[in-house]
Amino acid sequence: MAKQVPIVDYLVLGDQPHLEAHECKECGALYWDRRNACAKCGKTEFANKAVGTTGLVRSYAIVHQAAPGVPVPYVSAVIELDGGGQVKCNVVNVDPEPDKVSLGMKVQFTTFVAGTDDEGTEAVCFGFEPV
Amino acid sequence: MSDAVWVLGADMTKVGRYPDKDIVDLAAEASLNALADGGVTIHDMNILAAGTQFSGGLGQQLQHQIGQTGIPVYNVTNACATGATAVRTVYMSIAAGESDMGLAVGAEQMGKMGLLAGNAARGDTNVFEPSGRFGSVLPADGWLGSGTMPAVFGQAGMEYAYEHDGVGFEQFAKVAQKNHEHSALNPLSQYRKVFSLEEIMEARVISYPNTLPMCCPTGDAAAAIVLVSDAKLKTLSLEQQKRAVKISASILTSDPWTEGSAAQPDVSTLTRNAAKQAYEKAGVGPEDLDLVELHDCFATAELIHYDNLGLCEPGGAGAFIDSRAPWRDGSMPVNVSGGLISKGHPIGMTGAGGVFEITTQLRGEAGDRQIEGAKVGMAHVIGLGSACGIHLLEKSAA
Repeated sequence: MAKQVPIVDYLVLGDQPHLEAHECKECGALYWDRRNACAKCGKTEFANKAVGTTGLVRSYAIVHQAAPGVPVPYVSAVIELDGGGQVKCNVVNVDPEPDKVSLGMKVQFTTFVAGTDDEGTEAVCFGFEPV
Repeated sequence: MSDAVWVLGADMTKVGRYPDKDIVDLAAEASLNALADGGVTIHDMNILAAGTQFSGGLGQQLQHQIGQTGIPVYNVTNACATGATAVRTVYMSIAAGESDMGLAVGAEQMGKMGLLAGNAARGDTNVFEPSGRFGSVLPADGWLGSGTMPAVFGQAGMEYAYEHDGVGFEQFAKVAQKNHEHSALNPLSQYRKVFSLEEIMEARVISYPNTLPMCCPTGDAAAAIVLVSDAKLKTLSLEQQKRAVKISASILTSDPWTEGSAAQPDVSTLTRNAAKQAYEKAGVGPEDLDLVELHDCFATAELIHYDNLGLCEPGGAGAFIDSRAPWRDGSMPVNVSGGLISKGHPIGMTGAGGVFEITTQLRGEAGDRQIEGAKVGMAHVIGLGSACGIHLLEKSAA
């Protein structure tokens, strides 16, 4: 099997792929990127927290115009995760049509290969798909 | 003696594309006209603030063309709130007693810039190497949602639709129908074409629910505002005092932490905070407003700001547009200039352009687009990242 790397470092691969947020130890605020201090409370200690793999579509847009090389149309969304947290990603495995995607729709986490580099390493991306 | 700050002069160039001019030409034209409008010259100014997102150092370049008088210059950049930030910079200097008169300019030259974000082309990657704060091995746009503005603001509108009933594609489209129709009356507008609701809903989709006529264009323009202290205004002519417009509130906020802000910028909370501060400072409420210029970079954005600014019942933005309240003949006219959707949105100009529009309306000098008897107006802008500027203006005796 080809070597795989996650497209972003908050995606954890392995037997049970999932997302891990940086959780502020003081106030519980969640962040996907590296933070110097918590934007909510100002404290500086964080711990990794595995978040839920199911949720619902809180907002979406069906993108028809994007940068050169980006396949369109696709569904850009913010997912409200069961157990807390919100994440931005694509809704995948769905027709990108207004009558196929809906606000509040239940979705689940999934992964797929986004590309392969010159050394044969695969970049794995995540998305959410209808349940 | 009052500590009020007043608009003494204002001007705005027509929004368009000016390949034969540079941004300094546009800024100089608006500045010289605003100074003349106020009956003063650059030699009367104690401070200059120049706002542009894409052309740093505009203030001194402008001085070379209209007068190098040695006054302090502040070059400001604050995304789409840049022009409002320039106005507020001069306002703060006068309110602090450091200056009695100053010039604020907002300008931009964008031409046909296209997408302003999420515009990196996807190409071949030789070897995956994590970089940046997300440890990304590929550009995220298109893989993990969209950072393009039509999608980001489209999602902001859809989040409102998720939380409230009576909001959908048709309500968003009605916003664009209104603003295009308003723009037909504004000679300074980049576009002045009227569209039917059907034409808007059937137009090319950029990011659903935003179709092409629901998105602002890119373009070139400048706007300039001359501000004066209350004490200084009282030494000027009666005609200058008569045309002066009072700044009842000048507010700038940034986005506080919210749960969703880890996933996507929150454009509502900072607008709500700014509106609350503006109403408190001015001692007026939304029911006192005769017109509002608000930040309709996309039709989806205007709709949510009806609620954020308290113009409609909480959660009632859909019913508000359905009732035609924000049309120029409605109970709360919004974006009678044509808004960013049709008047245009040269980034650094926009915040100053809104103050120009409200000033012109309160003076009763807006020509065909005049809202009769307008006494109180609001100019609102938001820059993603985020910054929100609100100026509340009142027609009042000096």
